[in-house]
Amino acid sequence: MNLHEYQSKQILNQYGLPTPKGVMANSVEQALLAINSLHTAHWVVKAQVHAGGRGKAGGVKLVDDKAQLAEVARNLLHTRLVTYQTDARGQPIESLLIEETCDIEKELYLGMVVDRSLQRVVFMASTEGGVEIEKVAQQTPQKIFKVRIDPFLGVMPYQCRQLGYKLKLSDPQIRQLTKMMVNLYRMFVERDLSLVEINPLVITKQGDMLCLDAKINVDDNALYRQNELRDMRDTAQEDPREMIAREWELNYVPLEGDIGCMVNGAGLAMATMDIIKLHGGFPANFLDVGGGATEERVREAFKIILSDSKVKAILVNIFGGIVRCDLIAHGIVNAVSEVDVTVPVVVRLEGNHASEASDILSKSGLNIIVADTLYQAAEKVVKAAGGKK
Amino acid sequence: MSILIDKNTKVICQGFTGNQGTFHSQQAIEYGTRMVGGVTPGKGGQKHLGLPIFNTVFEAVQATQADASVIYVPAPFCKDAIIEAIDGGARLVVCISEGVPVLDMLEVRHYIRDKAVQVIGPNCPGVITPGACKIGIMPGNIHKPGRVGIVSRSGTLTYEAVKQTTEVGLGQSTCVGIGGDPIPGTNFIGILALFEEDPQTEIIVMVGEIGGTAEEEAAAYISKYIKKPVISYIAGVAAPAGKRMGHAGAIIAGGKGTAAEKCKALEKAGVHVVRSPSEIGKTALSVIQSLE
Repeated sequence: MNLHEYQSKQILNQYGLPTPKGVMANSVEQALLAINSLHTAHWVVKAQVHAGGRGKAGGVKLVDDKAQLAEVARNLLHTRLVTYQTDARGQPIESLLIEETCDIEKELYLGMVVDRSLQRVVFMASTEGGVEIEKVAQQTPQKIFKVRIDPFLGVMPYQCRQLGYKLKLSDPQIRQLTKMMVNLYRMFVERDLSLVEINPLVITKQGDMLCLDAKINVDDNALYRQNELRDMRDTAQEDPREMIAREWELNYVPLEGDIGCMVNGAGLAMATMDIIKLHGGFPANFLDVGGGATEERVREAFKIILSDSKVKAILVNIFGGIVRCDLIAHGIVNAVSEVDVTVPVVVRLEGNHASEASDILSKSGLNIIVADTLYQAAEKVVKAAGGKK
Repeated sequence: MSILIDKNTKVICQGFTGNQGTFHSQQAIEYGTRMVGGVTPGKGGQKHLGLPIFNTVFEAVQATQADASVIYVPAPFCKDAIIEAIDGGARLVVCISEGVPVLDMLEVRHYIRDKAVQVIGPNCPGVITPGACKIGIMPGNIHKPGRVGIVSRSGTLTYEAVKQTTEVGLGQSTCVGIGGDPIPGTNFIGILALFEEDPQTEIIVMVGEIGGTAEEEAAAYISKYIKKPVISYIAGVAAPAGKRMGHAGAIIAGGKGTAAEKCKALEKAGVHVVRSPSEIGKTALSVIQSLE
């Protein structure tokens, strides 16, 4: 789960990490009110969306007075911001963060991730702050320093000093960095985060360190024990279909093609998308109905798939496992008639009682095409959707 | 021979009396797995499915000499259950539950570093040696004792590979689902090494997916240490970047973790990479025939 910048900064502040003074606003009036508590000559207005690259896309503006602030706020609020990280529609801007400005001496990068191959939380830091860190990693990997943290020890102060010297910081700054890193690590572990990015971490002309921008991702699996973070979820930033899917414990990711997919198991669902592509078709979505594949969930899955008007045919690929296929077949037949599915549905059921299942499907009188293998299923659904593209 | 488990493996179940534990223990018993008991705190001394229940793993292992423990407890309790199984004396721990927080598994991985214990999962179908021992939720009937060792990050996609290798007549030595999480208890490499040593395994099928670099690390390991032929399919060629595809581990981040990169690394290591998930069985057969 992603957090907004303003939410990320709230969490950072809870752990004593310094950020520019700022106020969140949902309307022009609130924005104008907000600056009463800010004490710089200019202010920065930042669109709050779940995407990077906001600056270049016009989502971050420096304003000098109230009139300018009102104009910028009016132009940003309730529009959509398209950045290199969003789709063509962009992300909705429903709130703004208005902050004090600061005098920047130097911009650094400081990030944290769970490194899967090291099985550690790792700090990443660079003197090249304020730019896309992926580019730095590609072009000048020697400019990125990594610090691996032992899960049972936590951050050792020497690791922070070592990093500070590499970043060519002064001694007082190294002391600040050490305090920040110790607190960041505590925050990462206590809040079950999967990613923290402070980019840039600035050193002001006064010599202080300040988290100018912040991005936090939370481990979805841990949300059950992170009440405060769970309540920060902004569903407006998500595809409404993904939201409904989550309510039914379905995993749904919309894509650009015209063949709807309903599969049990994430790996098989990806494999199904792959084989559709190999046969010249394009998947409209990823959808994992989970192990149960109950009638209820199959019905909801059909609804979600069909809410995408591009869908011309649907492939249902269920490897029954221990659940009997004839029971799943009944569920599919009921769901197809109840939801009033009008596009052709290719169904491949594998597992116990598969032959009874195909009987039920082919005798249903509905627009259901039965397939026996994965290969056949892909072939038939691509044909049903109008052939190779 | 086989890897990890055989007909002599004694298995206990944590979360024995819950829905999942009950259903799958029953299935395992029917399959012929030597289930010797289960653990449910507070129910020690009672019986379930005709087997003794213990309050702790330690007691269960002492009383039954169990080798392996399978875990069906809800995700919030998995870290504790896995550590209890390890400390209680199980040499193989298979965690089926999904939704375990990443940082919990990070600690588990760290804890087992220097221990002679194998943790499989979480978020996995389990381990099966066909005809001998089934630990997990996979359908037993699609398996057949045979020559292919299968290791996979997926559940139902593993079944697909199993079914295909059964249909072409090869069968399986052992199938291991390592799970779809970012930090599994055991990675590909740990299982590949076991298959290489196992005389029954003639060929290895490795089913990977997008996200992380476990496949790339496996490729490096294969080119150095694995002499047996390896066939691989990587799911998620059609997946977009930045989106989590169901599995917590399946996300392409910052251009890393793509199927294309993984296939390239594996091909470079001499692995037979199949592009279509429907060709796993056929390819395994033709590779094995070319050896004979």
